[in-house]
Amino acid sequence: MPRHEVVSPIPGVFYRRPDPDSPPFVEDGGTVAADQAVGLVEVMKSFHQVAAGAEGTLVEFLVGDEDEVDAGQPVAVVETG
Amino acid sequence: MKRLLVANRGEIAVRIIRAARDLGIATVAVHSKADADALHTRLADTATEIGPSPASKSYLVIDAILAAAKESGADAVHPGYGFLSERAGFAAAVADAGLTFVGPDASVIERMGDKVAAREIARAAGVPTVPGTPGGVADVDEALAAAEDVGYPVMLKAAAGGGGRGIRVVDDADALRTAFGQASQEAAKAFGDGTMYLERFVTHARHVEVQVLGDGSDAVHLLDRECSLQRRRQKMVEEAVAPGVSDTLRKRMTEASVALCRQVGYRSAGTVEYLVDDDTGEFFFIEMNTRIQVEHPATELVTGLDIVADQLRIAAGEPLRFVQDDVTARGHAIEFRVCAEDPANNFLPAPGALGRVTLPAGPWVRCDTWAEPDGKVPPFYDSLLAKVIVWGADREEAIRRSRRALAEFSVAGVATTAGLFGELLDEDWFTAGEFHTGTLEQWLATREGNA
Repeated sequence: MPRHEVVSPIPGVFYRRPDPDSPPFVEDGGTVAADQAVGLVEVMKSFHQVAAGAEGTLVEFLVGDEDEVDAGQPVAVVETG
Repeated sequence: MKRLLVANRGEIAVRIIRAARDLGIATVAVHSKADADALHTRLADTATEIGPSPASKSYLVIDAILAAAKESGADAVHPGYGFLSERAGFAAAVADAGLTFVGPDASVIERMGDKVAAREIARAAGVPTVPGTPGGVADVDEALAAAEDVGYPVMLKAAAGGGGRGIRVVDDADALRTAFGQASQEAAKAFGDGTMYLERFVTHARHVEVQVLGDGSDAVHLLDRECSLQRRRQKMVEEAVAPGVSDTLRKRMTEASVALCRQVGYRSAGTVEYLVDDDTGEFFFIEMNTRIQVEHPATELVTGLDIVADQLRIAAGEPLRFVQDDVTARGHAIEFRVCAEDPANNFLPAPGALGRVTLPAGPWVRCDTWAEPDGKVPPFYDSLLAKVIVWGADREEAIRRSRRALAEFSVAGVATTAGLFGELLDEDWFTAGEFHTGTLEQWLATREGNA
């Protein structure tokens, strides 16, 4: 299966939930659409959604909730096709 | 006060360390992992790492800060602005640990932080608040009667609404008669409660604030600042004293602010924020900020006072060093908040590695910053890179010098808002001082449309 890496376009702190009281955007193994958010990156007190970028199954997150990420860092893997 | 722990980072931590040093007080910095090599960390006499880079795991962790204070032998804590500065629980914890909190008592922070309680205190001190009905109005007739007292235009607000939802502005009785039933029905549908209340709508509002200093028994004001130029409720440019405020209005606002301080026995530096109705010359209390503010240097340049140093003296138990008549404003000062954001890309935050850094200086230009050549703008904190504060004998001279100062501002590696201010300084509405709280966003939208 082709693997697509979801990349954070900006540095900051990665969150898997839209807010602390909500369920995660996507569970491990969940299906995602290309424009679907898989996480949020907080940079300088503003929040930016990270979209899956490809349709398929989100098989694994490469970073944990609230982990620090760099710009261009892969945060998750989507298996496509 | 012998050793001061600065519970903050960035330019304000640097600012506080400098004031403490001027007074012969030793300083302790606390820093996150990302700030291990930051200017405030290196400038302080000693420094302690208090946690990982995100603020929620470092600068916002009360126990870590108190542990650092204990370990370093600090006897006082300055919270700066933002972070824990207006958390009553932090002020109380600092006091409970036997340390001096540089700010008002926890109980004052708590009362002023509660919007309803603060408005009640303001009213009790004779400070005008936005006219409106205290609660809901029963029907359209009661609404019409109330609106006569409040004065048009009025905002019709759903009691159960929030965040700007369920609000309508009506200009006269006819419009109110038409809108009331509909608005109430909509509110009932949307929020399950059709109760409406009224509040005066200020069409041309300026945001003006008064700087105050109190020692617990006496209080003085250090005149006012104009803060209307905001984007998404973030101030971008501030001036001292406010253009467009008459001497009569200034006198009333500053006296009201001192009365408010006396009402609560205010002890420390603080700011009383007002909405000024440009059409009627009325002013209304919005809130009081019980901390040092970002824009305090504008006031320092016109009054010749060091507000942070006075804040430290007051916290150490000294009485105010001057009386009201000693405070005068000389000339005009403008502060520009240069942020690491890209104005060409919807103000996208721009963290990253800095290359060459050229900061403005020269006659009557002050630059408060933490930025250094080859430094890093971390992604974890707010985007304020530097404050450029410029003084002139009058507003016109301050504007001319501001053009020079902002043109000198240059950092390699990250986008900043410095260039945007260069454009702003050439706008006729800015040089004429003709603006309101909505003007900057309108200008930015027009500018974007043209581009």
